[in-house]
Amino acid sequence: MIEIKKITKTYKNGDNETHALRGVSFTIQDGEFVAIMGPSGSGKSTLMHILGALDTPTSGTFHLDGKDVSKLSDDELATIRRDRIGFVFQSFNLLPRATVMRNVTLPLIYAEVPEKERERKARKSLASAGLTEDRYEHKSNQLSGGQIQRVAIARALVNDPSLILADEPTGNLDSQTGDIVLGTFQKLNKEMKRTIILITHEREVAEHADRIIYIRDGLIVEDGSGHSKRIIEHAKQKV
Amino acid sequence: MTTKDILHETFSALTANKVRTSLTMLGIIIGISSVIIMVAIGQGAQGSIQANIQSLGSNLIEIFPGAQRSFGYGASGGRGGAQTLTPDDANAIATQVSNIAQVSPEVSGRYQITAVGTNTNTTVNGVLAAYADVHNVQVNDGRFITDSDSKNMSRVAVIGPTTASDLFATGTEPVGQTITVKGMPFNIIGVTASKGSSGFSNQDDAVYIPLQDAQLFLIGKTTYYTTLSVSAISPDVMTQVQTDITNLLMQRHNISDPTATDFNVLNQASIVSAASSVTGTFTILLGAVAGISLVVGGIGIMNMMLTTVTERTREIGLRKAIGAKRADISTQFLVEAVALTVIGGAIGVGLGWLAAYIVTSLGILQTSISTSSVMLAFGVSAGIGIVFGYYPARRASRLNPIEALRYE
Repeated sequence: MIEIKKITKTYKNGDNETHALRGVSFTIQDGEFVAIMGPSGSGKSTLMHILGALDTPTSGTFHLDGKDVSKLSDDELATIRRDRIGFVFQSFNLLPRATVMRNVTLPLIYAEVPEKERERKARKSLASAGLTEDRYEHKSNQLSGGQIQRVAIARALVNDPSLILADEPTGNLDSQTGDIVLGTFQKLNKEMKRTIILITHEREVAEHADRIIYIRDGLIVEDGSGHSKRIIEHAKQKV
Repeated sequence: MTTKDILHETFSALTANKVRTSLTMLGIIIGISSVIIMVAIGQGAQGSIQANIQSLGSNLIEIFPGAQRSFGYGASGGRGGAQTLTPDDANAIATQVSNIAQVSPEVSGRYQITAVGTNTNTTVNGVLAAYADVHNVQVNDGRFITDSDSKNMSRVAVIGPTTASDLFATGTEPVGQTITVKGMPFNIIGVTASKGSSGFSNQDDAVYIPLQDAQLFLIGKTTYYTTLSVSAISPDVMTQVQTDITNLLMQRHNISDPTATDFNVLNQASIVSAASSVTGTFTILLGAVAGISLVVGGIGIMNMMLTTVTERTREIGLRKAIGAKRADISTQFLVEAVALTVIGGAIGVGLGWLAAYIVTSLGILQTSISTSSVMLAFGVSAGIGIVFGYYPARRASRLNPIEALRYE
């Protein structure tokens, strides 16, 4: 479970202070599929960094599975990321010279999982991400964009995280491939009860989630568990 | 991360850009191989100089008479001219000083030597059998002077190979021929093996005759010696033997002031150590020149590692995002740098070894590679990896994952 309360983040740049987040609170239950949506400069990236334990808030608290992660050191945050969070990035960020298998097992190497266990887990998560077995020993630069992103999803799944954080996962994909990737997220959420947070600026992408948190100027404008239906219908009318 | 994982990462990183990796390694290879070969040449030179000095005699201590002084302000008879070394002195040294192997009393002088139709001017040494052992003289042809030759005052002589070739035509057998020294005929009974010249003295150009013949016929009814050569039983006791001899002779000659002795004691070890210190300085100089190239190689490593860190910023960001701690990142980059230098060092040692071998086998210079210089080279190259890899590794480990992931 994710519980954030009155989170603020202020960046100081000389005398200038930028308030990226100005008091954000929400709770996400296990098994939810949530989209955090907002235009650029809204503070959604900052929020993602805090949710992903890449950064700590200036004030407020962030509890992940009951543990307060808002005041941890760099290395403690690394441990949280290693054990509880899986990342999927817009630009994939696979190691180009390593095989698919090596890329997926990378988080397990840092978690010091024994070698045999690593491969078993990697195969399981590659299968969940929908990548066929004949690709496992390919280098990642021999794969198509959609396949690459599924390898990245498998990598995010491999450490059995409490939370999968996807930052614009379809941003570098054509719409057809993007739909397949989003379908993979939906499947992981529905069939495997994974908690997924999707960060996007596109309404169409956000609509694949069950709940949309709309953020603007560092504040939550809409928390869409109630409104999501309305937003989706509104969008359909436009089409 | 397990050691195996770190090595796997290192291998894949180093093989990703083979040209750059090998060029960077080349700096270390050149540095280490030049250290190895320079030190090998230096130590080889040191070894051959020591061997040269040792060929004069093993653990040799030589005692010469001092200058002959008349009372008042008379003219000095010249160093070595005094008649102060007596047979009693020789006996006393042989019996009272410990750790002595042999004592060889000698008289020597330069004389004109004639054979049939030829002549030469060379050193004539009056010696006993002990001379051969003390001075490492070997006889190639015939035999050396014995103590009974001296006792019987046999007119026999042993000559050096240079003297032999000066006096006799090539192909003539010198043994059995007769030479004349100061009007006295001597029958040649042996020719010594060649030892090569060392410095100012050429032991190959010499004539050896029995001690008593020399004392009686050449110098003229004397019992004094011009040199007492003493061989100690081991190099470690040289100083003790030298001190004991000095004290004994001072006591026997009733001298209390060590600066006013009527004899001089020369210790071969001090000559060896003087020569060694010269070649030691030479080795250090060569090593230092090679060491500079190692430092340059190390800077090359640092340069490449910094470039690598910059190039792989996104990768570092990703690794941190998926849970790598600072230590994981810094270890990875440090091991990469150390692997570069250690592999480069190993190749450098191999090349240096090969080069030293070639130099030796072509007969250009004698070289010697010691285990210590190989170990040192390895240690230094690993050390260079750590020193020059530390800063880039630290920089990599401190990258902010958010900024690193955004890096283009």
